[in-house]
Amino acid sequence: MSNDKTLFEKVWDDHVVVAETPDTPAILYVDLHIIHEVTTPQAFSLLREKRFPVRRPDLILATMDHSTPTTPVTTFKDLDVVAEGAANQIRQMEVNCKEFGIELFGFGSVERGIVHVIGPELGATQPGKTIVCGDSHTSTHGAFGALAFGIGTTEVGHVLATQCLLQRRPRTLVINVEGSLAKGVTAKDLILGIIGIIGVDGGNGHVIEYRGDAISALSMDSRMTICNMSIEAGARAGMIAPDDTTFEFLNGRPRSPRGADWDTSVARWRELRTDDGAKYDKSASISASDLGPMVTFGTNPGMVVGINDAVPDRPSDPSFRKALDYMQIEAGKPMTHNDVDVVFVGSCANSRLSDLQEAANIVKGRKVADGVRMLVVPGSQQIKKDAESLGLDKIFVAAGAEWREAGCSMCSGMNGDTVAKGKLAVSTSNRNFEGRQGVGARTVLASPMTAAASAITGKVADPRPFLRDE
Amino acid sequence: MDSIGKITSRTIVMPTNDIDTDQIIPARFLTTTSREGLGQFVFNDLRRDSNGDDIADFVLNQPLATGCAVLVGGNNFGCGSSREHAPWALLDYGFRAVISTEIADIFKNNSLKNGLIPVVVGAEMHQKLIANPGIEVTIDIETRTLTLEDGSAVQFPIDSFARFCLLHGIDQLGFIQQQLAAIESFEEQRSWTP
Repeated sequence: MSNDKTLFEKVWDDHVVVAETPDTPAILYVDLHIIHEVTTPQAFSLLREKRFPVRRPDLILATMDHSTPTTPVTTFKDLDVVAEGAANQIRQMEVNCKEFGIELFGFGSVERGIVHVIGPELGATQPGKTIVCGDSHTSTHGAFGALAFGIGTTEVGHVLATQCLLQRRPRTLVINVEGSLAKGVTAKDLILGIIGIIGVDGGNGHVIEYRGDAISALSMDSRMTICNMSIEAGARAGMIAPDDTTFEFLNGRPRSPRGADWDTSVARWRELRTDDGAKYDKSASISASDLGPMVTFGTNPGMVVGINDAVPDRPSDPSFRKALDYMQIEAGKPMTHNDVDVVFVGSCANSRLSDLQEAANIVKGRKVADGVRMLVVPGSQQIKKDAESLGLDKIFVAAGAEWREAGCSMCSGMNGDTVAKGKLAVSTSNRNFEGRQGVGARTVLASPMTAAASAITGKVADPRPFLRDE
Repeated sequence: MDSIGKITSRTIVMPTNDIDTDQIIPARFLTTTSREGLGQFVFNDLRRDSNGDDIADFVLNQPLATGCAVLVGGNNFGCGSSREHAPWALLDYGFRAVISTEIADIFKNNSLKNGLIPVVVGAEMHQKLIANPGIEVTIDIETRTLTLEDGSAVQFPIDSFARFCLLHGIDQLGFIQQQLAAIESFEEQRSWTP
């Protein structure tokens, strides 16, 4: 039998504490556990009740992002602006971290931000690690060649108490992406295109590995966008083999290895690629060169269409028709016919500095259309600072957009940033489920460029005519 | 967790495909620090209008729904967010099992850890269940069998360890903790440290 392994198999095998048997799952070691205020309180309550300590507080990265306000918070009194429950949850997170000896990046900390943005930003996310978090978009960290996936709160408790998880080995799905993305077409368009092809359940039971020339050419920000949305195809994890682009991103970050450790780590990380003879359980291919900007038209991320293509119809599929009815979208016409009420640039899919730069490049010197609200929410306080040093905040504000503090904001609508009933939002987030951004809200997923062009024109818009050389 | 062997109940049918966890429990109800009491919010935005009044057409608001513990969903049930609040809410409302042709991975894991039984069936059985809402079904975890009131039956897959834990009411955390020595030796013997 061949000893050749896939990237996934290498990382999995390196973390098996007790091997899987037909009767029992593997016990898998976790290298980095990221926690936030929404999916942990019940886990901490269990530990308290059973008098269990947190086994490895040093392997936890803790912050607050989901229910936090995106208006400035300097005192606890400011928390009253958010719902009472959210304020209570935020306070409970502070209590829990203090009691169990966990460092928390809370308000006032420049490290605070969306869990999946700060892990990489701090260099805590590294190739070959196992990374979990009580959040399905943990798949983001796979962009570094880590095995990263979302878990439930019971499992958060397991990891807090033991630093381990019970897991059955998933199957593997490789997606080969050849060619190159055209100007005005981004990683967001590519992953929407992929989900459109394989479907929202195409990755169920699998870990996806993305590979091919088009993937190798992507920046780390773009690779994170791709892996982020693996879960929207049903895959708990997406992975990309680390390379020089990865190492360059990580070099010098606060939690990256240093000196001799750095050299040893890079040598180990270079081994993290799928061997030539390794086999995947399933495969799919897509050409990046054929792709234009993509937008969603329905109520899941697989209901996707090219920006200038007619929205399809399936008259005999009640679920499909129900989605079009909810969205108030007409089949047979392109999405560019639809008026826009709200534009949201943010979320763990697209809130990094390059995303904000792409949106600002289109907005610069132009005005947000009358009647459109544009909200720009950086993924972390550090990104906010970096964007401000480049003057991006001024560009957005001059155009009439709102510039906010870091957080999940309008992606999950837990902090009061919501879209009103019946309003149409072009959003750079990752989920267009019914009611996701607010009761009755209609969400169109798009790239930061498409979102920015839509804000300027007041209609769902192709960004390519608005591109500028910079 | 209490041990669970067999569930017998009439079904509720929600034939829509890809019912996601945001629909099962909208995010604004996740600002809680407890796992109790979420049943009142299950499918909230499908069940109630913007005034908070019940929508009569919705299946949970119909008389047949009372006492039903088995939910039959369309294809690919439970996709989206990892929120364990979704199975907590379904259980608190009174559901004991969910049936579909496919059940999303994280939702399935979360369900099994809380005693909500995910039952995956083939298209033929699924069609039959969708076409006959309210029929009585029996889900036997020991034999991995779903039996309908007309006597027709199919076997469904369920992870053997999860099944054992359900049948015997075993706490999975306790199972990991028994391996403490193995965890310690793994930490000591690694070639690199995180």
